[in-house]
Amino acid sequence: MHAAPGGPLAIYLTNPNVRPEDIERLRRALGLDRPLWQQYWSWLAGFLRGDWGYSFSDGRTVASRILERVPATLELVGVSLACAVALAVPVGIWSAVRRGRWFDRAATIASMGGISLPAFWLGLLLQVVFAIGLGWLPSSGRATPGLNDFADHLRHLVMPASVLAVVLASGWSRYLRGSMIDALRQPFVVATQARGVPPARVVLRHVLRNALGPLVAMVTVDAALLVSGAVVTESVFAWPGLGSLFTEALARRDYTVLMALLMLSSAAVILFNIAADVVHAAIDPRVAA
Amino acid sequence: MRLAAVVLACLIAAAAAAPVVAPYAPDRIDLSIRREPPSATHWFGTDELGRDVFARVLYGARVSLAVGLLSAVVAGASGIAIGGVAGYAGGAVDAVLMRATDGFLSVPRLPLLMIAAVVLQPSVPLLIVLIGLAGWMETARVVRAEFGAMRELGFVESARAAGAGHVRVLTHHLLPNAAPAVAVSLTLAVARGILLESALSFFGVGVQPPQASWGNMLYQAQATLATEPWLAIAPGVFIVMTTVAVNVAGDHLASRRSSER
Repeated sequence: MHAAPGGPLAIYLTNPNVRPEDIERLRRALGLDRPLWQQYWSWLAGFLRGDWGYSFSDGRTVASRILERVPATLELVGVSLACAVALAVPVGIWSAVRRGRWFDRAATIASMGGISLPAFWLGLLLQVVFAIGLGWLPSSGRATPGLNDFADHLRHLVMPASVLAVVLASGWSRYLRGSMIDALRQPFVVATQARGVPPARVVLRHVLRNALGPLVAMVTVDAALLVSGAVVTESVFAWPGLGSLFTEALARRDYTVLMALLMLSSAAVILFNIAADVVHAAIDPRVAA
Repeated sequence: MRLAAVVLACLIAAAAAAPVVAPYAPDRIDLSIRREPPSATHWFGTDELGRDVFARVLYGARVSLAVGLLSAVVAGASGIAIGGVAGYAGGAVDAVLMRATDGFLSVPRLPLLMIAAVVLQPSVPLLIVLIGLAGWMETARVVRAEFGAMRELGFVESARAAGAGHVRVLTHHLLPNAAPAVAVSLTLAVARGILLESALSFFGVGVQPPQASWGNMLYQAQATLATEPWLAIAPGVFIVMTTVAVNVAGDHLASRRSSER
């Protein structure tokens, strides 16, 4: 990382008021003169002890800079996950049940588009239409400054949450459709129907139960990647969460913040993966055995 | 499927023939026609320097398609090597390689690539290698599963008995049988590579201007979204068209494979 042209002290190099010996002193104070592996080792040791160090760009602790961004990200991720599940589950079920009919075809085309769409472009399009063209929604940020109003807050949330929800729901509904079709083929479906269980109940109670496990696992894993910040979406909409913190830190070569964010998101992915296995086993006892 | 193939063929042909097809040079600056909306002479309009957007989209297609295709080659080659060894060897080698794969999968791809791009300030070839190296894990898993399943089958043993070395078994006996599965994961890698390149360039750390790529055209369009929205439309439409076509092709390959079984 330190090979980057620029580096955290670059702003001082071009400043005539800062003497070279001061830069040297700063470099020693920040530990930038030691070999890279020593820097990494002391960083890793500190990180595990809970000492995440100080941000190169403004001297505050990395932990406080990250913590202050967490609520915004959790809010965005929570709302978009909920919307995506609410969208993906009915679409996935209906496509599988009415396989090959017009709804399934339309859903297939829409989800193919959703998977192939770059999130930042969808964001730009929404901004053009709803913020610039129609003027219905604010184009960026989390709230209008100085205004503490729930409706205003909600209006800021609509576009970034829709972008994330569309992208997520596209993948999930395809996945659920696939596992529903597999489950529908199994002999127990005919057996249940033969017992006189109504069709809707067969699908919702029996087939869905078999198909839901893999989806829950997938949702959990995707959620982990989002917790680390939906980098693209947050940046496009200037949503003040972890994702924007990442791009800001990148622009300033703020290594301590970048390293901490990467480490945290990897940890989140691993933890959520374990959680996914546990939840999957709880829904579907066959997995546990 | 047929439509997707036609779209892809047209895109590749147009990108290859960009110097012939493009009505203007992609970097021809004409300050008298800055920021013009789409018209008969400039199909997709002009940008803030009076450059023709259609010409830039065509030249951008060269970069984007090259990055997508070649990064998939890099990803496929490393994935086949790692997954192949893991699946064929089994045991401890398999365990170590697969844990490494899990480890790489746990690091979010785009942020890691963004850091790498900032540090290395990559040229286009280096960008291809970086995006490829960030995408070997999926192919490795697929290849490992295929090879692992075939390892115990009779034909491997008979090939060994006939005097074939391990490398020969891997490349001549196992790989051809895993080809359909590998093809599916490669098409997905192409689409992913195109999306990653456009995202990196969109954040200003990928392909650098004045060279055009679909991503950095969107990056430049973002600043003047309110007054010149057409700058954001054309590159985005082309990204979506390409990735949809590639994904449809991949879907088709996958469903053909599953119906054969």
